[in-house]
Amino acid sequence: MPVIEVKNLSKVFGRNPKQALKLLDQGLSKDAILKETGNTVGVNRASFSVEAGEIFVIMGLSGSGKSTLVRLINRLIEPTEGSILIDGEELSKMDQKALRQVRREKMSMVFQNFALFPNRSILENAEFGLEIQKVPKEERKKKAKEALDLVGLGDYVNQSPNQLSGGMRQRVGLARALANDPEFLLMDEAFSALDPLIRKDMQDELIDIQSRMKKTILFITHDLDEALRIGDRIALMKDGSIVQIGTPEEILVNPANDYVEKFVEDVDRSKVLTAEHIMKRPETVNIEKHGPRVALERMREEGLSSMFVVDSKRNLKGYITADDASEARKKDANSFDGILKNDIPRVDKGTSMQEIFDIIHDSPIPVAVVEDGKLMGIIVRGAVIAALTGDGEVNIDNG
Amino acid sequence: MANTGMLDFIPQIPVAEGTETVTDWLTDTFAFLFDPIKEYLTIVMEFVAETVLMGIPPVILILITAVIAFFISGKKFGLAAFSIVGLWFIYNQGHWDNLMNTVTLVLLASLLSIIIGVPIGILMSKSRVLEAILSPVLDFMQTMPAFVYLIPAVAFFGIGYVPGVFASLIFATPPTVRLTNLGIRQVSKELVEASDAFGSTGSQKLFKVELPMARPTIMAGINQTVMLSLSMVVIASMIGAPGLGAEVLSSLQRASVGTGFVAGIGIVILAIIIDRITQNMTRGKAS
Ligand SMILES: Nc1ncnc2c1ncn2[C@@H]1O[C@H](COP(=O)(O)OP(=O)(O)O)[C@@H](O)[C@H]1O
Ligand SMILES: [Mg+2]
Repeated sequence: MPVIEVKNLSKVFGRNPKQALKLLDQGLSKDAILKETGNTVGVNRASFSVEAGEIFVIMGLSGSGKSTLVRLINRLIEPTEGSILIDGEELSKMDQKALRQVRREKMSMVFQNFALFPNRSILENAEFGLEIQKVPKEERKKKAKEALDLVGLGDYVNQSPNQLSGGMRQRVGLARALANDPEFLLMDEAFSALDPLIRKDMQDELIDIQSRMKKTILFITHDLDEALRIGDRIALMKDGSIVQIGTPEEILVNPANDYVEKFVEDVDRSKVLTAEHIMKRPETVNIEKHGPRVALERMREEGLSSMFVVDSKRNLKGYITADDASEARKKDANSFDGILKNDIPRVDKGTSMQEIFDIIHDSPIPVAVVEDGKLMGIIVRGAVIAALTGDGEVNIDNG
Repeated sequence: MANTGMLDFIPQIPVAEGTETVTDWLTDTFAFLFDPIKEYLTIVMEFVAETVLMGIPPVILILITAVIAFFISGKKFGLAAFSIVGLWFIYNQGHWDNLMNTVTLVLLASLLSIIIGVPIGILMSKSRVLEAILSPVLDFMQTMPAFVYLIPAVAFFGIGYVPGVFASLIFATPPTVRLTNLGIRQVSKELVEASDAFGSTGSQKLFKVELPMARPTIMAGINQTVMLSLSMVVIASMIGAPGLGAEVLSSLQRASVGTGFVAGIGIVILAIIIDRITQNMTRGKAS
């Protein structure tokens, strides 16, 4: 069962939301509806579900309805139509008491501008959720301290939020959310107010914390780079509607429409594409069956100056050069003994283009993409450059 | 007058008469309430003024005030020194008992204003309708010349301490209500959302987030209330409230500039001490 399931969810701000929904059905745009009725469409028929343990990113430009969507999910605002299921339970049917219970136990929110309480110490801020639940003082202190340790702020418990930098404040915000041990986190542009470098650190840390604690995270951002970095899946929003949902690769490689494509164009592809996307099927010789003659023949056929050598199970054994192979043939050698070289640059499927670029730069031979010792593919310099400039062919079907 | 006939299309509307009828009706109908209020409040105030405050030797009271002033102003000597000199001067001029009466009136009147004003301010901040209704009422209460309140005060409570407190209550409560409302409404939306998002109940939100955040604003309102109630308590001497104001009033009637001046100085000294102490309470605990 998904942790969060959103079905056909809409929110219209204004005096006559139902009428605006009807106009939406008739195909009018958000702008047209605003002009005609004065109502603002916040979220328009959004449907998606978030599975346990994943980082689900909702991304879109400012005003696309992201904040409205998260606030519907913890019911800080009421939907105009549609349903939200939290662990299969309908959120809008809950009375105030049940709603508070869900907010206390299942979800915690991290805010764009941190929303720390300036009159409370760091520790007291982290304790807030537990205090609301009336957890005994000693216990909540202990849990809050653990959460602060987790985000690296264990030494700052008695300071006031005003004494901390932005990055540290948001760590407190994160600790406050984690101290409750919620099932999932709602993070609304949680890193958008931070400097780029600190932001990267926080992204890494979030991924790290997530992999350790297996929290489900619904993360909102307007930054595609950020979405691609941390998202397991990404939903793209425009004018209140979700226009595409997919893994980072799917979105990059297969933009659903012009809107998504516009976004994708701006992305620094070197950070996003990995070895897997640009590798080619390798030409190889089999160390168990072939000798220098076959190798030389194959190299001539393919116009190559070197070739990888594998065994029958595709384990990478090394490579030979055309020069060495022809020397060996002259000596009538039947095996690759003595001419097999092993100084191959190896990467795995997930290695980023940026790193590959540095490696391939000083390598005379192609880079080998290896998994568990098996040769999966090769990368040639041309493919890297083509992919970086955006007109290369990339593979989407393997992975 | 005769040639403005056009404006006389209806006879004078009896607003004054109407008000009088209503006041009379209130006085008669609620006599069962007003009389015991007056009786008990008088006992309490006489006890505070005559037994407690006048019972403590002036030296001790002056020192206590100085110590409070010292700590509340962040361990600075200025206000403490001023309190010692100022209060001693009032004592020296033979106005100590008058001062104690005035202090009692101000303390009680402001305390009641706060007890009534803060909760009303909280309710007002939670309801747009209530805010729309109360805002003009508060404006009205504050703009009406303070003297006017003395009239119903006398009607309800006769003369003495109690009508002074009543008039002061009407005149001095609005700033506390207004600034409590404002303070709570000004709490950042994100903090309120944070409080809700973590599952606070209404009262948890109020006491853990809204009131602490609104505290400086509320304290500013309370400071204004205390100062207004001091000014009202002085005016209330016209309806027999004892204290420094009564001294000013009798000097006025006897045209004795000197005594009036001395009593006036006494009021100024008291005003400064009260103002500084309540102002410092705003910042005092926040840091
Ligand atoms: N309380 C509100 N009243 C009226 N319109 C609102 C309100 N909140 C948001 N909106 C409108 O809804 C749309 C989506 O806003 P929002 O969810 O804040 O976008 P995002 O978080 O993606 O920037 C915007 O057009 C915004 O003006
Ligand atoms: Mg937003």
